[in-house]
Amino acid sequence: MTQPAVTATGLRKSYGNREAVAGVDLEVRTGELLAFLGPNGAGKTTTVEILEGYRSRSAGEVSVLGVDPARATRAWRARIGIVLQSSRPNAFLTVRETVAEWADFYPAPRPVDETIARVGLTEDATQRVGKLSGGQQRRLDVALALVGDPELLFLDEPTTGFDPSARRQAWGLIAALRELGKTVLLTTHYMDEAQELADRVAIIRAGRIVAEGAPGELGRRDARSVIRFRLPAGVAAADLPIPMSVRDGVALAAFERPLEPLHAVTAWALEHGHDLGELEVERPTLEDVYLELTESQDAGAEAIE
Amino acid sequence: MSVARLALRQAAFHGRASLRNPPVVFFGLLLPVLFLVIFATVFGNETLESRGGIKTSTYYVPGLIALGIVSTTFVNLAIGLTIERENRQLKRIRGTPLPIPAFIAGRVATALALATALTIVLLAVGRVGYGVSLPGSTIPGVALSLLVGTGAFCCLGFAFATAIPNEDAAPPLVNAVVLPLYFISGLFFPTDGAPAWLTTLADVFPIKHLAEALFEAFDPATTGAGVAWADLGIVAAWGAAGFAVAVATFRWTPKGE
Repeated sequence: MTQPAVTATGLRKSYGNREAVAGVDLEVRTGELLAFLGPNGAGKTTTVEILEGYRSRSAGEVSVLGVDPARATRAWRARIGIVLQSSRPNAFLTVRETVAEWADFYPAPRPVDETIARVGLTEDATQRVGKLSGGQQRRLDVALALVGDPELLFLDEPTTGFDPSARRQAWGLIAALRELGKTVLLTTHYMDEAQELADRVAIIRAGRIVAEGAPGELGRRDARSVIRFRLPAGVAAADLPIPMSVRDGVALAAFERPLEPLHAVTAWALEHGHDLGELEVERPTLEDVYLELTESQDAGAEAIE
Repeated sequence: MSVARLALRQAAFHGRASLRNPPVVFFGLLLPVLFLVIFATVFGNETLESRGGIKTSTYYVPGLIALGIVSTTFVNLAIGLTIERENRQLKRIRGTPLPIPAFIAGRVATALALATALTIVLLAVGRVGYGVSLPGSTIPGVALSLLVGTGAFCCLGFAFATAIPNEDAAPPLVNAVVLPLYFISGLFFPTDGAPAWLTTLADVFPIKHLAEALFEAFDPATTGAGVAWADLGIVAAWGAAGFAVAVATFRWTPKGE
């Protein structure tokens, strides 16, 4: 088995007595796309910037492509590509000039025009960077990260502030990076982005990883399906065959295995001639799982294994 | 690619970008020429008794070359580096294998190219427009002043950028430093008859010494190569101090990050 591209064990970073990263264990396998999710202020960017070699750490072990980023060398920097959350290249150079300038930095760059084509900027190659739209600037950012032909790419919130169609396009671009065999660590606060793109997801909250796994598995874990329907007229909660709570005339209850309670309820309804208006069985979406993990105070602690 | 070649390629890209940047072109390159045309046209035919009765236009050319050197090095770098730092260009560059010496040498080479071009233009305008001639024997004095001045004011530009809190504050802060110094250093009008405290104050700072070093080469009374070692020594000392401050405080990431 090949070595993971990134491993972090017990990673900590304190600012004064505030612990921004409070013991993160993270692994990015070679060739995979790991989505690193969390709300703003959860420690995402701090963690990633330690991995990129921008920040020092307070404690823990880190290896990125077999090297401790705190002792980054030129050779190591040539093997990684970084797209920062927001950075603007020189507005007065053209797209092609900018990519050519960056190609200079690397020992074995990709061809400039091919790189520009790969991010879909061929028609804008002679355009000044300052005249590009936000989405085009982001594509250029990706081109600059890609032109050195790195093994590992860090993409920090690449679609924040995008409209839906620009996000779709960006997703296509990121998915295409996988076809080049790149390992990608994608930071995002959109669950749907992780679901669309990632092989695995790691969710960070308050400086700790609270969940990790394939997007599908994450949704399945703690998956409690909710049965709900409008309570028929003249029926009280106590009359129902299963324990349910009633809110605004709607009966609802959550079950890990909803089949039996559902059967009990429908059998009871048929027997008594009730029409169960608005009957629904709802599986939690990844979004629900994510919100639950990152927003409630206790849910995070429960999810730690 | 070797560091020297990388630095030259950097300078080519950065120089091209500078020439497309309106504030750099206007304030850095055109304004010094405009100043020379205005001052030499208005005052150029007066004689300057404090400088041995030379024509005032002969006094203005070296002073405005000094201004041109300061604006293409210190002013451009302090403002440009602050903007690049705050919009994370520097941070991104730091994440690439570009060697730091190549980055710095690239910026210094761009500044030297612009300062040299501007010096040549000012010499030509002075000569063609106002009959100010530079004795061939003192070309070494001008060349050395250009080199020492560029080096020192580049160091000071790298150092001063670290003191600027954000990109909006960059142009006003830089101008607040250089404009009063241009005046008291006698670049706009001779300050030879000014009160002692003012000339003493100007003597502390490097701009006046760069102007005086350049004047030495234009002064008809000068014999020899026109190198003002004492003035250039003070300029170089300021440069060394700027270098030390820049090494200690230069940052690649935005302030507050």
